[in-house]
Amino acid sequence: MSAYILRRLLMLVPLLIGITIVSFLILQLVPGDPARIIAGMDADETAVQEVRRQLGLDRPLVHQYLSFMAQVVRGDLGRSIRTGRPVLEEVGRSFPLTARLAGASIFIAFLLGVPAGAAAAWRQNRTLDYAVMGLVLLGVSTPTFWSGLLLILAFSLSLGWLPSGGTGGLGHLLLPALTLAAPAAAVTARMTRSSMLEVLGQDFIRTARAKGQNEFKVVVGHGLRNALVPTVTVVGLQFGYLLGGAVLVETIFTWPGLGWLIVNAIFARDYPVVQAGVMLFAFCFVLVNLLVDVLYAFLDPRITYG
Amino acid sequence: MPFSIPGSPTAEAAGRRGRVWRRLRRNRLALSGLAVLAAVFLAALLAPLLAPQDPFRQNFGLVMAGPSADRPLGSDQLGRDVLSRLLYGARLTLSVSFTATTAGLLLGALIGLLAGYYGGRIEAAAVWLTDLALAFPGMLLAIAVIAAVGPGLTSIIIAAAVYTTPQFVRLARGSVLVEKQKEYLAAAVCLGESDLSLLLRYLAPNILSPLAVMYTIQLANIVLIASGLSFLGLGAQPPSPEWGAMLSQGRAYLQVAPHISLFPGLAIMLVALALNLFGDGLRDALDPRQER
Repeated sequence: MSAYILRRLLMLVPLLIGITIVSFLILQLVPGDPARIIAGMDADETAVQEVRRQLGLDRPLVHQYLSFMAQVVRGDLGRSIRTGRPVLEEVGRSFPLTARLAGASIFIAFLLGVPAGAAAAWRQNRTLDYAVMGLVLLGVSTPTFWSGLLLILAFSLSLGWLPSGGTGGLGHLLLPALTLAAPAAAVTARMTRSSMLEVLGQDFIRTARAKGQNEFKVVVGHGLRNALVPTVTVVGLQFGYLLGGAVLVETIFTWPGLGWLIVNAIFARDYPVVQAGVMLFAFCFVLVNLLVDVLYAFLDPRITYG
Repeated sequence: MPFSIPGSPTAEAAGRRGRVWRRLRRNRLALSGLAVLAAVFLAALLAPLLAPQDPFRQNFGLVMAGPSADRPLGSDQLGRDVLSRLLYGARLTLSVSFTATTAGLLLGALIGLLAGYYGGRIEAAAVWLTDLALAFPGMLLAIAVIAAVGPGLTSIIIAAAVYTTPQFVRLARGSVLVEKQKEYLAAAVCLGESDLSLLLRYLAPNILSPLAVMYTIQLANIVLIASGLSFLGLGAQPPSPEWGAMLSQGRAYLQVAPHISLFPGLAIMLVALALNLFGDGLRDALDPRQER
């Protein structure tokens, strides 16, 4: 097991390096002179030169990348052009908010998706199954930036029950988390249903029914328990997509997380913040994927990794 | 055409297409998805004829007017006709999504075919690049691309294509690896077929089914992502009637005139839903063993 984890960690290295290269290239690909863009169109030549020197844009590309890497490894992500504060500080403040939002969403997605999927499999090809699958289809087809607005319209503007944006207590978290959870819940339900169908068709389920166990125990105790392993994997992978979807949901609910920070940094041409934000998102996603894989190997004793 | 004899993989593929269409025709949900898509296509194509008003014409007497007989979907914050804007917006949504997804399919299938067929360094490089692209969660890769090239409609096409290509690479390569084990390919190799012929006349037709399903599902995804990027202000800029941009501009008036945002959102959902319905039907028709 530990050998497997170690090997997976080693496989991570080229990927992490790749992520830093992509983040580094964001600034390099900017059309025109990035120093001129950052300094502003009306800045004089000395100011532009100063920015160029500060960002090291006057040096060869490989040299620039290596010093970028050296900084990243030391945890120095430069300074925000907009606020002048260290990027690490800005990113560090908004990241926990995104993590909280994504964590709450994954919880809701699991809570809604697993029972719905299990119930659909139990009642395969009946009304309940069709209803769940219809909702799944709606869940994956509805843009979050629309469902979020509908929720705001209903629960904030019309009923006045919940705030329409900002951070604070649980009330502030509920609407954005629900919005973000909907597509993930749909995917979770679909996955639970198909892995439940597989499990429910097996002999030990028939045996359990034959010995007269009550239906709930058969479906949940025997069926769902065995169907949960692949489901956990899918839910884990959804976490990454939640991180991506957070960009939209944070904008709708003015939730000042990492996605919100990146989008605003793009408009402000605050490239160091964009680079650091994108990098952090990708690092998280890769680590979560690794954790899910390890968890999967841990949960399912049939799988051995040499 | 020395290999169009019955039972050859190419002839088999042609016969399979007839069966697939027959199965698809029996699937009412898939057909309704297709019907909606056809309707949206027609609406986009005939927008200048169908639109009751000029989509850019402002009428300050009708600012934020709700739906009426004259303007079935109401007017927006500048008094422009929402229905006419939606019709013209369909052109943008469809052309952006289809261009990006088709580019992703062609590029992805080509890279995947070459990587799976040749193996070695080409494959290692393709796998590394694919893994790297897929390490960026959801639409973040698209956002990173736009951060570099700047906002705009063309940027969205590039960003969406970059987002979707790795998915096709992964699928095409995986399918080629499976097909490579089959006997018909060994037979073709023994007959002295060239690499080009093996790739285009044997492998490509046989990995078409999973790619076609992926194409429709990715189209639905790209419709959501492209309009999402415009919603963020990273894509189409005002006064463009792009659906995501329209929705975003209506946000400020949500309480007084919700119809400005609701109808564009409904349109996006309808197109994504239709694509998903058709994609699901296509998957079932192509692989009858696999039950939904």
